[in-house]
Amino acid sequence: MLQTGLKEIETAQELKKIIEENENVMVCCGRMGPMCIPVYEAMEELEEEREDVKFYTMAFDSPEASVITNDPACNGFMGLPFTMYYKNGKVAHATSSIQSMQQIKQVLDNKL
Amino acid sequence: MIHKGGNIRLLLQTFPSSSSLIFKIIKPMDDIFDVMILGAGAAGLTAGIYTSRAKLSTLILNEGPVGGQMVLTNEVANYPGVETTSGYQVANIMKKQAKEFGSRIKSNVKIIEYQLESEIKKVILDDGRTFQAYSVILAPGGKPRALNIPGEDTFRGSGISYCATCDGEFFTNKEIVVVGGGNSALEEAVSLTKYATKVTLVHQFDHFQAFEHAIVEAQSNPKIRFIMESSLLSFNGKNNLESVTIKNNKSGEIFNYPAHGAFIFIGYLPNTQSIKDLVKTNDRNEIITNEDLQTSITGVFAAGDSIVKKYRQITTAVSDGTIAALGAAEYITKIKKEDKQEVVV
Repeated sequence: MLQTGLKEIETAQELKKIIEENENVMVCCGRMGPMCIPVYEAMEELEEEREDVKFYTMAFDSPEASVITNDPACNGFMGLPFTMYYKNGKVAHATSSIQSMQQIKQVLDNKL
Repeated sequence: MIHKGGNIRLLLQTFPSSSSLIFKIIKPMDDIFDVMILGAGAAGLTAGIYTSRAKLSTLILNEGPVGGQMVLTNEVANYPGVETTSGYQVANIMKKQAKEFGSRIKSNVKIIEYQLESEIKKVILDDGRTFQAYSVILAPGGKPRALNIPGEDTFRGSGISYCATCDGEFFTNKEIVVVGGGNSALEEAVSLTKYATKVTLVHQFDHFQAFEHAIVEAQSNPKIRFIMESSLLSFNGKNNLESVTIKNNKSGEIFNYPAHGAFIFIGYLPNTQSIKDLVKTNDRNEIITNEDLQTSITGVFAAGDSIVKKYRQITTAVSDGTIAALGAAEYITKIKKEDKQEVVV
């Protein structure tokens, strides 16, 4: 269980339902580590100003997270967290390792 | 009437007095804080705890996530009075304390302009918001130094990492390089041998800057190889990192070296790029302060990793934050007292 202010997705089924029911979804799949925490924090701030996007986390060590870690968009990823951006139920973009607020905003603006 | 601040709302009250009119200064406008703290790492949050507890209206602005480099520390084992914990936990508690005492915290902001010289200090954000305060504490902290060589941005997250604990397992049974010669580089190199088949440590000098025990531990590890007096020139590969180009600084020889991963631990830089021309800094862009952590500008204090000092620890940042906060509180009391005296005519 991740200790963030964001809602956490616990199962692959839950993720599927969320991306089917929402146009824009960002999911950060990580741990409570130094590369992941800054991303969660940026998402918590963005959650207040980007009502058009749903923000979630998923625990990297959960077996259910294989739905993200095995996604073809994550091929070659070698840094936590794996961050997924979904539009209309499909992967629009994915990033590996720490991202700044500016980088996240750029993806939200350009890909979602 | 004299009032140096200019921006304070004055309520004129005339008291029956034979020789004077007294103008009473009321609470400042909401957008003028007593103290504005720029930075929310250990130093900035500590300063916020102290100033807000002293009933000074306090705003903490931070360009990155709250906690600064503290959250980059997985394990904090030597913070007095606290058993082993994580940097994230310490940062979160500090943030909670500062907020509970009344500090307002805004993180992930971008400051585009600083006006620190006048009595009312002002900063302007990229979204147009302006914040003002009587005193400012600069606590921008530091950031990991990057190599700034070709391929570094391309392979971040696909071979290049700055956190062995986070990403080490992705390099299980792979060959990796570690760049640096300080404590972090040597300790992380040892830790990465749990995963990698071979760890090659590349360092620009012929000696290390680490503690002796860290050097001995790394040198006695059979999985670690050392390439001394050498620098990385580039990171190479297609989708993922495949090799690094290394130059021997002594002989000038340049060669490609296979590596699926690279971990960079070459120290930190102070985050003073945007303020180094405003306050006095040394040749490493660290802020010069006096013993009360006052900078070259009256009413502007500095604390934490961005100031000139020898040791950079969470504990030293906390100490700086305390001193700067107390200095700022004393300064504010003084100028408010002066203002009250000056408006007596």
